[in-house]
Amino acid sequence: MIKRYMNVFVPLIAVLLGVIAGSIIMLVSGYNPIAGYTSLWNGAFGEIFYVGETIRQVIPYILAGLAVAFAFRTGLFNIGVEGQLIVGWLAAVWVGLAFDLPKFIHLPLAILAAAVAGGLWGFVPGILKAKLKVHEVIVTIMMNYVALHVSNYIIRTVLSDKSDKTDSIHASASLAFSDKMQQMTDYSRLHWGFLVAIICVFIMWFLLEKTTKGYELRSVGFNQHASEYAGMNVDRNIVLSMVISGAFAGLAGAMEGLGTFGYASINSAFTGIGFDGIAVALLGGNTAIGVVFVAILFGALKVGALNMPMESGVPNELVDIIIALIIFFVASSYLIRVFLLKMSKKEGK
Amino acid sequence: MDIIQVLSIIVPSALLFAAPLIFTALGGAFSERSGVVNIGLEGLMVIGAFTSIVFNLSFADTFGDATKWYALLAAMVAACLFSLLHAVASITFRADQVVSGVAINLLAVGLTLFLVKLIYGKGETDMVSQAFNKVDIPILSHIPLIGRIFFANTYYTSYVAIIAAIVVWYIIFKTPFGLRLRSVGEHPMAADTMGINVTKMRYIGVMISGALAGIGGGIFAESISSNFGHGTINGQGYMALAALIFGKWNPLGAMGAALFFGFAQSLSIVGKSLPYLDSIPSVYLLIAPYVLTILALAGFIGRADAPKALGHPYVKGKR
Repeated sequence: MIKRYMNVFVPLIAVLLGVIAGSIIMLVSGYNPIAGYTSLWNGAFGEIFYVGETIRQVIPYILAGLAVAFAFRTGLFNIGVEGQLIVGWLAAVWVGLAFDLPKFIHLPLAILAAAVAGGLWGFVPGILKAKLKVHEVIVTIMMNYVALHVSNYIIRTVLSDKSDKTDSIHASASLAFSDKMQQMTDYSRLHWGFLVAIICVFIMWFLLEKTTKGYELRSVGFNQHASEYAGMNVDRNIVLSMVISGAFAGLAGAMEGLGTFGYASINSAFTGIGFDGIAVALLGGNTAIGVVFVAILFGALKVGALNMPMESGVPNELVDIIIALIIFFVASSYLIRVFLLKMSKKEGK
Repeated sequence: MDIIQVLSIIVPSALLFAAPLIFTALGGAFSERSGVVNIGLEGLMVIGAFTSIVFNLSFADTFGDATKWYALLAAMVAACLFSLLHAVASITFRADQVVSGVAINLLAVGLTLFLVKLIYGKGETDMVSQAFNKVDIPILSHIPLIGRIFFANTYYTSYVAIIAAIVVWYIIFKTPFGLRLRSVGEHPMAADTMGINVTKMRYIGVMISGALAGIGGGIFAESISSNFGHGTINGQGYMALAALIFGKWNPLGAMGAALFFGFAQSLSIVGKSLPYLDSIPSVYLLIAPYVLTILALAGFIGRADAPKALGHPYVKGKR
């Protein structure tokens, strides 16, 4: 019984351990954990404005989570989501600035550009892995930094005149709600991107579970040699998987560029969304639906955290610690698994 | 500006930026030679930078001039202890070493910024008063020409780092301990058969990597940034990892790569004030270490072979 639901129990216990660790840290450093978590909750769901902001934060988390999960399912580890997200963001804003087109062409074009840019950024580690057996982890990390510096350079010299950010994109490329829609969440920055995220969740599920190509991709993830023996083109599947993963990540960037901010700005450090995406995918068991639930959890944590210093005095970095610890507990799930199996054996006796 | 003048600006600056990378890459060599991937180097540097700055700010009055060296020691100890988390997760609990390393990085940044706010009530610390400063190294700086380029207006830490690289090379390739460490990373089962305690060797490897990365972070904080905030360590850990790979997991190779990356990093900062170089967009220099690493991995700059058991947890009795 426990064995069957292990994929649900392990993440739940990891989250629980993370929350407990968070309370301990608050207690040790002289804060009240109950006040801390209450302010966290209020900051995420306390007012309709915060609910809107939480959903807005969930959108890129879903897409970044899908990107990592998709690669994972096919046996690849894409740490490069962060870089793919940055180039996607840049490409979307670039298209949003450069053209003046009717909305029904301009917006899809900008979104598509982000997916293509992200896909290209995933193509490089994919082709290196497939053709030269270079480990994708190191390449994707390096590509993150290349993306960061190159996009900063382009924003500074090409898209603006030595400024720290670009102009705002044309309205025809924007995902922002109309004024009336914005009123519904008390003028939060929630935007139409949630539709994109939902569509992508469906695409990921359908592609992996219902198509022959998805079966092939998963099969390569399970066992490359068996897949090759069965006549599948392993190399091509590896490249394809990295490109699709990168495209999801690029879309996450488009959500920020076209929806939340409406411009691209120079980043002195990474956005963190891509790295949190690793946690989202791991906790979500690398399934589309799991990613949605975990993205909601993380979106609430991140947005709620901003309220913590004001209401309870707890530094909002506490949430980063909790998220890191959750990843840690999931990574060390061997421990949790052994513990659960021992428990279930005892019950059986 | 003549060539000597240009060199006497570039070389010390390159050495300055290389020192933290060398130490951290040497740390990475211990961990990866024992078969444990250590992407957490970045996080360990963060811990080292944070500890050294806090120590420096707290004890500057007590220890005076020697504070900065004691602070490095504190950074070493703190990061060594912190690396235990990675060791426990990836060796004992058989966690995916990459995931565990990512967690280390996120945890280090979160934890240190949390503590900075807790201790100082703001997002970043004050500047330290007892930082590493430019010095003329006695005797050597009087050598004509070479002295002015390499040993004047430079930092002691750079030379400590270069000496450390030679020592580490000796330890890894010429001592019984180094042989055991390498055997555990290449073929743990064979090592186990010969009576080497694989788990213990890997723990030692990871903890040394923590200690050295802590020193690396400490040097960066005390000689380059002089305070600690959210962007203090921004990719240097990954760059050190890149240096290690670029140097083919050899301490001296890693040192060479780190010197080159330090050169690239310093050029992107001082390049603007030098003739000819000011016309090159700094972005090329900024991305050079990363692009070169990708090329090295792809085999365009000679094959780089990782230790064979790198990334695989060792489970006794499993073939």
